[in-house]
Formats: sequence, C-alpha cells, structure tokens
Amino acid sequence: MIINVQDPSLEAHNLTVIYHRKPVLWNIDFSLPKGEIIGIMGPNGAGKSTLIKAILELAPLNSGYSKIFGKSLNEVRKKVSYIPQRQTIDWDFPASVSDVVMMGRYPSLGLFKRITKSDREIVRLALEQVNMTEYANRQISQLSGGQQQRVFLARALAQQADLYLLDEPFVGVDASTEAAIMQLLRTMKNEGKTIVVVHHDLHTAAEYFNWLVLINASLIASGPTEKVFTDELLRNTYSGKLTVLSQVGDVMREQNFPVREK
Amino acid sequence: MNVNDIQIVLTASLVTLACVIPGCFLVLRRMTMFGDAISHAVLPGIVAAFLFSGSLNGIAMIIGASLTGLLVTLLIELIQKKMRISPDASIGITYTFLFAIGVIMVSLLSNQTDLDQECVLYGDITLVPLDLGMWGIPRQIWIASILDIVLIITLLVGYRGLWVSTFDPSFAAATGIATVFWHYLLMGMVSLSTVTAFESVGAIMVIALLTGPAATAALFARSLPRMLVIASISGIISCILGYILATILDASIAGAIAVMNGLLFFISLLIRKFIRN
Amino acid sequence: MTSDQFIGFLLLEEPNVRMVVAGTLLLCGMAALVGCFTFLRKRSLVGDAVSHSVLPGICMAFLLSGEKNPIILLLGALATGLLSLILMEVLSRNRLTRPDTAISLMLSFFFGLGILLLTYIQHQGNAAQAGLDKFIFGKAASITEADLRLFLFSGIFITASVAILLRGFYLISFDEDFARATGFPIKFLRLSLSVLTVWTVAIGIQAVGVVLMAALLITPALAARFWTHSIGRMLVIAALFGMIAGYTGSFVSYLAPAMPTGPWIVVMATFIAIVSMFLAPGRGLLARWNTRSKNREKTLLENILKLFYQIGEKSGQLQGNILEEDLLNHRAFGHDELRKGLKRLTSKNLLESNLLTYRLTNQGLLEAQRIVRLHRLWELYLQRYLHLEPDHVHDDAEAMEHVITPEIEAQLELILGNPETDPHNTIIPPKA
Repeated sequence: MIINVQDPSLEAHNLTVIYHRKPVLWNIDFSLPKGEIIGIMGPNGAGKSTLIKAILELAPLNSGYSKIFGKSLNEVRKKVSYIPQRQTIDWDFPASVSDVVMMGRYPSLGLFKRITKSDREIVRLALEQVNMTEYANRQISQLSGGQQQRVFLARALAQQADLYLLDEPFVGVDASTEAAIMQLLRTMKNEGKTIVVVHHDLHTAAEYFNWLVLINASLIASGPTEKVFTDELLRNTYSGKLTVLSQVGDVMREQNFPVREK
Repeated sequence: MNVNDIQIVLTASLVTLACVIPGCFLVLRRMTMFGDAISHAVLPGIVAAFLFSGSLNGIAMIIGASLTGLLVTLLIELIQKKMRISPDASIGITYTFLFAIGVIMVSLLSNQTDLDQECVLYGDITLVPLDLGMWGIPRQIWIASILDIVLIITLLVGYRGLWVSTFDPSFAAATGIATVFWHYLLMGMVSLSTVTAFESVGAIMVIALLTGPAATAALFARSLPRMLVIASISGIISCILGYILATILDASIAGAIAVMNGLLFFISLLIRKFIRN
Repeated sequence: MTSDQFIGFLLLEEPNVRMVVAGTLLLCGMAALVGCFTFLRKRSLVGDAVSHSVLPGICMAFLLSGEKNPIILLLGALATGLLSLILMEVLSRNRLTRPDTAISLMLSFFFGLGILLLTYIQHQGNAAQAGLDKFIFGKAASITEADLRLFLFSGIFITASVAILLRGFYLISFDEDFARATGFPIKFLRLSLSVLTVWTVAIGIQAVGVVLMAALLITPALAARFWTHSIGRMLVIAALFGMIAGYTGSFVSYLAPAMPTGPWIVVMATFIAIVSMFLAPGRGLLARWNTRSKNREKTLLENILKLFYQIGEKSGQLQGNILEEDLLNHRAFGHDELRKGLKRLTSKNLLESNLLTYRLTNQGLLEAQRIVRLHRLWELYLQRYLHLEPDHVHDDAEAMEHVITPEIEAQLELILGNPETDPHNTIIPPKA
C-alpha cells in the first residue's frame, strides 16, 4: 500500500543508506502530501531517524535522492526545519532558552547579519506559542525534558519554515507537554505547514497523524492513516523478521563488499 | 613589583587569553584531549620550522606549528576511521609518536640552539623581559598580543558558526552550516595558542591553560559570552597568584600557574556547592 | 659501528648495558601487559593523565625523606597517581565536569604541581636531588642495581596479579555492567587494576619519562590488537612488542649515546604498530585491500557468467557462441575490464574461446546457473519481504547475489518455498 501524491511536499526516490557498510535503509521510495501531519513509524532499529537524516543529507546516501517542494535540499534549506532528538544534545551548555530559540533565526541571518528587532519579535512569539515566555532567560540545563522539547519546537518555529521534521519529539516528555505540542502542530498544520514526525507509539498514531509512513528497513506502506493503519500492514511492519537481510548485511561488512556495483 | 614582574605577568595573561578562547569550545565539545594532543605534537613542526628558518620566532614557526596541528587532527581521524580504533587510543598513539620525534629532533640539534627539553616542557617565562622588541617592549608581549587580536577577531567573526556547531551539530548541518570547517578552524586556533604559549609556558602547560579556566567558568556561566569572560578572568587571576607562588618558592612559574588553575577550579567547586546549599 | 660493537650489545657483554637492557625489557613488557586493559577499557588518555600525575608524588616523597630510595619514591608516586585517578572518577561520575575535562584538568594540575616541586627542589641546591629530573624525560642509562631489583620484583608481582585476576580484568574491560550483575567484586577489580597501572607507570617513567609513558601503555596493546582476537594472546603479543621496542630503542641510544632512549622506544613501538596496521591478517589494511580487490574480481566474473546465461536464455542456446561485442551491447562493461574477465574465466575453464567468440563450458554453465538463481531468489525475497516494486528490485539484487553464502541461500529457499519464477516471471534455474 504505497500511495503517491501530486505536487508533494517531500519525495524520496530509491533512497538506500549504508552505515559502516551495513545497509540500514533499502530503496525507500515515497511522496508525501502538503499541509498534513505525517507520522513515520516502525519498530526499533527500522531506520526511522536515519530516513530523516538521509533526507537532510546528514546520513551518507548510497543511492537515490530526495526532493523537497520539488527542489533539491540546498535550494530550500531555509524552508526546512529539523528538530533532532533531544538526547543528542549536551543540555549542560552555557546558553539560555532565548539563545537557543534565536538559533532558529540563523539560517536566514547567515553567519554575520545583525540580529534585528523583528528577529527578537519572532523569537518572543515562538516562545509564547510554546508557553515558555517566562523561561526566556532560564539556563537550558535547568529545564525539564518537556520544557527542553518545547524550546526545540520554539527554535523550529522561529525558523518560519514550511516543512518541519521532528525526530521522536515525545520521548521522555510529560503528558501535558505532549498534548500541548500536538495542539501546536495542529495549529501549524492549519496554517498550511507540513509536519513530519518520527514516532513509535502505536496507541496515539491514529489520533495524531493524517498520513502514515510505515518502514522497517524498507518502505512497507505510505498513505492516509485510515488506509494504512490496518492490522495487516502493521503486522507486516512490526513482525516482519528480516533475518536474511541482516545476515547479508553482516557478510557484506565482514568481507568489505561494496553495496552497489558502479 | 617592578617592571619585570609586570611584564612577566602580562605575558602570561596574554598567553592565557589566547588559550581560553579555543579552550572554552574544546571543553564544551568534550575535546580537550585534542588540545593536549596538539600541544604535544606541534613540537616536531616547531623544530622543523627552526631548521628551515634558523630562528625560533616569526612566521615560519607559526606556519610550522599550525600545519602540524592540523596534521595531528587529520591523522587522529584517519586512524580512528580507517583502522577502527577508539578515539582515545588514536589520540594517544599519534601525539606520543610525534612528540617522541620532536624530542629526538631537539636532541639532534641540541648544540645548535637553546631549544632544549626543559624549555619544550615548561618554557622559560623569566627570560621574557630580556628579549626586547619594538619600542623596548618584550618581543613575547608583541607576539602574544598580535595572536590574541587574531584570535579575538576570529572569535567575533566566527562566533555564530562556532557556537551552533558546538551546541547542536546536526541542527547546524541541517541548516547548511559547514561543521567540518568550524571543527578545523577550532583546531587551527588551538595550534595558534600553542605556538603563542610555547616559548613562555612550554608546550605541556598549554593544556592547563586550555582546560583550567574553561572548566572553572563552565561551573558558573549561563551563557557562552559569559563563560568566555569568566574563564579569562579566572585564567588571569591564576597567572597573578601563580607568579606570586613561584616567586615565594623560587620555582617554575609555568608549573605554579598550572597549579593555580587547578586550585581555582577546586575552590570554585566548593563555592558553587556552598551557593547551591 | 663495528660488528664487535653490535655483537657486544647482542650478547650484553658490558654489565652496564646488561642492566639497562634488562631494566628496559622489564619495564616495557610490564607496561604493555597492563596497557592492554587500559586500551581495551578505552582509557588510554586516563593512563596518560596518571603518568603525568605521579611526578608530584615522587617529588614529595623525596622532600619528606630527603633521599632517592626507589621504594619510597614509588610509594609517593602511587599516592598521587591514585589520588589523581580517584579525583577524575569523582569529577566525571558526579557530573562536575565533562569526562574529558576531568582528565585534562587532573593531568595539568598534577603535572604542574610536579614541575613546581621539582624546580623548587632543584633550586634548593640539595646535592642529593641530582637525577630527579630523569622522571620527566626518562633516562634508561641511569638504571642502577637497586632499581633493577625493584623492577624485577614489580615485574613478577604485576605479571602474577594479571595472571590470577585475568578473568576479572577481562570482564570489567569488556562489559562492566554484566560483571556487576553476575556478582563479580567490581570495586576490588577496578582498584587492583588501578593500583597495577599506577605502579607500572611509576616505575616505567624512568625509562621513557612522564610524557611518553602513555605510549608504552597504549601502543603495544594497539599493535597487538590487530593480530588476535583472544585476550590471552593479545597480552603475550603486546608484551613481546613492548620488549622488542624497548630492546631496539636502547640499542639505538647505545650506538649514539647522545640519543634519548625513551623517544626511540616510542618511535620503535609506533613503527611496530604501523607495520601491524598494514600487515596484520584480517584486520590489516593490506588484507582488507586484498579482499576488496578479490571481491571486485569475483563480482566481475560472476556478472560476465550471468550475462552469458541471460543471452543464452533469450536465444534458447545456453552454451551458444557469443561475440565480445554482444556482451558489451548487453551490459556496460569497461572494455579492458571485460577482456580481463574473459581471460580469467577461460583460464579457470568456465569459458572456452573459439576465434572471436566465447561459450560457457559445462562447468561454467553450472556456475552461471548458480549466480542467476541467487540473483532471482534475492529479487523475489526483496519483493515479498521488503515490499519493493518489481521494477525496483533489480538494482538491489545486482549487488547481493555475489554476497549470498550457501547458508543464506538455504534460508532463502526455505522462506520462499523453492519458487520457480522471479518477480519478472522469468524462470529461476534449479539448484545444481
């Protein structure tokens, strides 16, 4: 069940990613609609985060390419906002909440342009939207997990992008923050933004997302939630044992085999 | 206090400033051992530059040291990635080898220069007032000031890139910031500070100046600019106290400054504990 | 150098040389042994910091005792070395600093203290202090009989301890959590390993000095790692490498007495490590390049055979004569590459050449069938289990068919249920 769309926000063509000579993603090929909240789901180690990184060229691509709003990443970088997993950051860093949110303005400021009043206004609004205004001058090491996630979301908002890629935003986050974030994502969707979320909680998936992408090393399904969120497809995703695939990966790594022939 | 004392403390402070700037970033990136590695490994570069230009100062030495600094960084990464060896062992094997080569070169040249093993390790800052440059100001002060200015300008110009690529490399990369460039720029800055420090405090003490003040500042600082300021102040205090300690004991100034940097860190730790309670 | 000199060194004729060489061998062997665990625990830089940290202990022991008794100095060294190690642990465990900062901070603090005390002692003008500075740069030539006795005792003690506690050390190096869960006395093991390391360092610095001591710990272990996967063998090889480095290093400074021994030992050890990186079977670079080029050849030959089969399938004549140009028309081979491949296949008796044409031999046909079979099985697997579209599977299968081992083939057959056709509805050749 792979449904492709006209005039997609994000499209991937034959993406294959190999880490340390071991294939992680095989031949992913999909296109996603605009203005929806899209969930990327799959079991642990299925390559969900890697997929996002591959799209952003943070992970080495072995073959294939992706396009965003029909253009290459470099042409639309400013329109794309990436929210990495919170745990990848050293939060014991000498920076205040507003310092971090101001980072969201850097893509449009570049390295040297001065910060203007309107940038500060955008940062203020972003903090307001995530209910963190009173924490603006707080040092980030003093925040709770949920608050850290809100700061990251505010930074993304300050970027004023059209496509948002969130990597596991609900991990280690309290229920009220999760609800607040979802509320905010829906507001953003209503403003026409496209939001892609890497997610692993099946219970909330149907409620959160309008569109679902199921992966487990390869693409299993991509389509509107009501069509994709079926027992059969979920079973395919979560119980499909790919032992042969991982064995082949092991042999390739041990014997230094190239993944693709030139 | 006479002019000599002031000149020595001033030199030490200028050198400290040069180390604090990259030092703060090294601490935040968890890469202080790269500083250790570079400060040891530039030795052969410095000796080679000496062989080439015949003097221990000037452009040749700066170029020689910077090139070796970058070479070390590259070598460490090469060993780590190609040979699949953990980062700590890659750093260890690379810098000990280069330092050994450096020491051998020094002993080959020992009759041609005043570069000796002791000077490599802990420098001789007491000689600073003897070697005068323009306007009767010691040459070391000139060199250190110029390099400080270069480093401060680099910091101001590259501030955004350095901080974003330090705090959140994947966000930086996703927004199109060349993280690799900033990595090497930082390593270049470390090499420059090492050269600045080389004659006065010796290559080995550089690690004290790169880490000590930054570690102290990291205990208190709430923002990166403040961290840089606190680190500079604490580094300069260590210079003054270290100089006094060394004078009292009639012992190595470089050693005393390193000790003071460590003590200041421990005292700060206690103060912080006190404040939090 | 005369050959007499050389033989004299080899036979250790001079008592002084004998002493130096024996001392160096002991030190280097010991350091390599303990260093294996430092290396395996990814604590190479902690070892570096500890070597710098023993200096103030030596100076304090001298200040308190007023003499250079090796055992008293060793006790002093142990004290500050362990203190530094403990402080590093406390700082990083309690998140007071980042772990690497803890290492650098303790390294520079203790080493600074050492330099401070050493220069203080030197400026006191006490005659007994002469030679204390050998701890900074090492001075193998000054090894005395008293030193040697201490080295010998330490060597026996450390080797015996490692032998007795080997299993425990191995476990905490490999997986500390597992060791803790199975009730091993983690704290005791960690402490003994730390004491052994600091002890080794404290006496090792007499040969190479504090700065280069880390190399004595890490480099032989790193080199040994390339040659074996077993910890027991790794220990033996590392000790051997360490001793070779020690021996050759002292030989160089025997030839040129102005040459410092320590740096030469380090250079020799690094040389051994570099040679190991290139030459070691399996993990070495040459071995890896070799498998890579073998893989490339295998891929090429298999692709050519496969092509013969595919062309044969179309013409209905599996062993028909085929022109080189036909092959090139079907697949973008490099011209020279194809020639080379055809030649290899002919010499392997898989193809036979006939003027300008080639045809599969019986043996070649079997091999070609095997490859085509694997290719098509894999395509089917990709389609069924990775849900790839039939028009997407070919590229992925292309690379994989060369990798599939008979075991994997058997599994594929099992889960695919011995299929007869592939996703393009072409026939999968049966197993030979």
